[in-house]
Amino acid sequence: MEPFARVTSVAAPLPIDNVDTDVIIPAEFGVTMERGGLGPHAFNALRRFPDGAERPDFVLNRDPWRQARILVAGANFGCGSSREHAPWALRDFGFRTIVAPSFADIFYGNCFRNGILPVRLPAEVVAGLMDQAGQGANAVFTVDLEAQLLTAPDGGTHRFEVDPWRRRCLLEGLDEIGATLTARPAIERFEAGYAARRPWALPG
Amino acid sequence: MAAMGRTLFAKVWDDHVVEERPDGSVLLFIDRHLIHDATSPQAFSALRQAGRTARRPAAGLAVADHLVPTADRGGPIADPRLAVQVAALEANAREFGIPLLPLGDATQGIVHVVGPEQGFVLPGLTVVCGDSHTSTHGALGALAFGIGTSEVEHVIATQTLVQSRPRQMRIRLSGTLGPQVAAKDAALAVIAAVGASGGAGHAIEFAGPATAALSMEERMTLCNMAIEAGARTGMIAPDERTFAYLEGRPMAPAGADWQAAVAYWRTLASDADAVFDREVAIELSGLAPQVSWGTNPAQTVAVTGRVPDPAGFAEAAERQAAIRALAYMELAPGTAMADIRPDRVFIGSCTNARLSDLRAAAAIARGRRVADGVIAQVVPGSGLVKRAAEAEGLDRIFQEAGFQWHEPGCSMCVAINGDRVPAGQRCASTSNRNFEGRQGPGARTHLMSPASAAAAAVAGRFVDVRELI
Repeated sequence: MEPFARVTSVAAPLPIDNVDTDVIIPAEFGVTMERGGLGPHAFNALRRFPDGAERPDFVLNRDPWRQARILVAGANFGCGSSREHAPWALRDFGFRTIVAPSFADIFYGNCFRNGILPVRLPAEVVAGLMDQAGQGANAVFTVDLEAQLLTAPDGGTHRFEVDPWRRRCLLEGLDEIGATLTARPAIERFEAGYAARRPWALPG
Repeated sequence: MAAMGRTLFAKVWDDHVVEERPDGSVLLFIDRHLIHDATSPQAFSALRQAGRTARRPAAGLAVADHLVPTADRGGPIADPRLAVQVAALEANAREFGIPLLPLGDATQGIVHVVGPEQGFVLPGLTVVCGDSHTSTHGALGALAFGIGTSEVEHVIATQTLVQSRPRQMRIRLSGTLGPQVAAKDAALAVIAAVGASGGAGHAIEFAGPATAALSMEERMTLCNMAIEAGARTGMIAPDERTFAYLEGRPMAPAGADWQAAVAYWRTLASDADAVFDREVAIELSGLAPQVSWGTNPAQTVAVTGRVPDPAGFAEAAERQAAIRALAYMELAPGTAMADIRPDRVFIGSCTNARLSDLRAAAAIARGRRVADGVIAQVVPGSGLVKRAAEAEGLDRIFQEAGFQWHEPGCSMCVAINGDRVPAGQRCASTSNRNFEGRQGPGARTHLMSPASAAAAAVAGRFVDVRELI
């Protein structure tokens, strides 16, 4: 897995609540056998007219936010479908961090497994960051996972909480399956006990 | 101090903890894994690349649903992108030894219809699938939740997931649903009450007399929509109705195993002194049929009501969301819901494509005609549902009324198999999501029950289905 330590970048403001994964990556682009290549289709309906031309007023079609590595979003970001294509598309676009008052549960977990750090901060803090993000090229943010600290363009620092295991996975780029497989003896012990107490539950 | 009572959720969770980890998360054992065509190819590729195998292949069940055509199953799938991905699921399942219901099989259908139908999902089990509507299976008293593709890979390789324990919410439903008022109406009313993110971080248990009174298929509709309130899952304590539903199903336990299983399942209900992090009570008596007006499922009103005025929302965020939704839906505040006219009607999806759903819709369609200019289609949830409906003559009722009768699949709910709502058109849909672009770019979705959708088809406008009986 791709590690993440810190990112310094302008931040694209997307002040919309309940942005769902269908908006992040429409299902039609999810018909794919690959994880890569979805960045050009991220936020497709917001970014493009039906004929494919860019909507000039959409934030990701404007400089400096075309190069943004940080997205500042509204509440309940990533709700809806569990499709991991959403973080794949965001990562492929270039995002490493998403800052929002809240995230949908499945999307939140999917981000960590794809080199994206989702940062939860109080709504009033995010509102302030949203304003600063809109100021453009000189408004540079830094998000530091090691220190669990977001530094805003105005110099304000905001500590964020992150689950210690997910933090470690992301910092080290840990292979989570490999890590779980080191617990194989515990899994085998569990299975033996489970087979004894719920013999009807285990197929095959 | 006496031990505190435990909830249904806690009993199932605790029974599956392989190990507790220092940070408070657990390694959770997974009993059942439903695998479909849209979210699994990258998981199998990664497993292959890492040289990993399936730890318990028999704990999986693979079935193609998202990408399958529903119009014609006579020949090969015409769209090569869809054909390749459906073939990949079948090849992957065979390679990894995972049981498969192939596309040509009579039992093929939507994962969340097939799982309970086959008795693959049982009370007290942990069930996952790379699909958010996995919460459906909570209707059986299973702990069932949607996962991402990386977790699909993790489950196949390890039969476990690293999980943090969610908070717990109980939603007590009381009262009685009136005639023609469906579980879907109750689900939409619950989401409107709790909010699109009101259940975030929670496992919901639906309880109370009105929940107990629901049929198994109605319970599936209710739990299916728990994710639309942002919840990790929805669950209902198993009872005699649950056991009667499961007994004799192909993959359900039999004989002495069945007796042992039922004895255990009877212990799963939340203890009387169990404590929930949050309690919500909702009265269903007097509930009118519901229709969504916006672009998230919480944006719902009674069909007898009107499109709300965004100015009426006290919270700025809700107001902004309503303004945005009305612009997308091309609706003016104050419009009577009953004045809205659909171009399309879709009766299907893991929410509402079971036999009872089709019966409810057919009861409205019988002897009527789909209104001029409306295209209506019925997509059964599985091959078995389709066959049972045909045995009752529901297919003839629908077709005589001018509805199209399709092969099973997710179809126009996720709109990636070729079935989609054209841009700018309005669809009365029994599916679960009215998101922007969900049923196709620029498509406008109104969520409702199967009876209400059938009523919209024949009336040519949204209509209080209670008037049609």
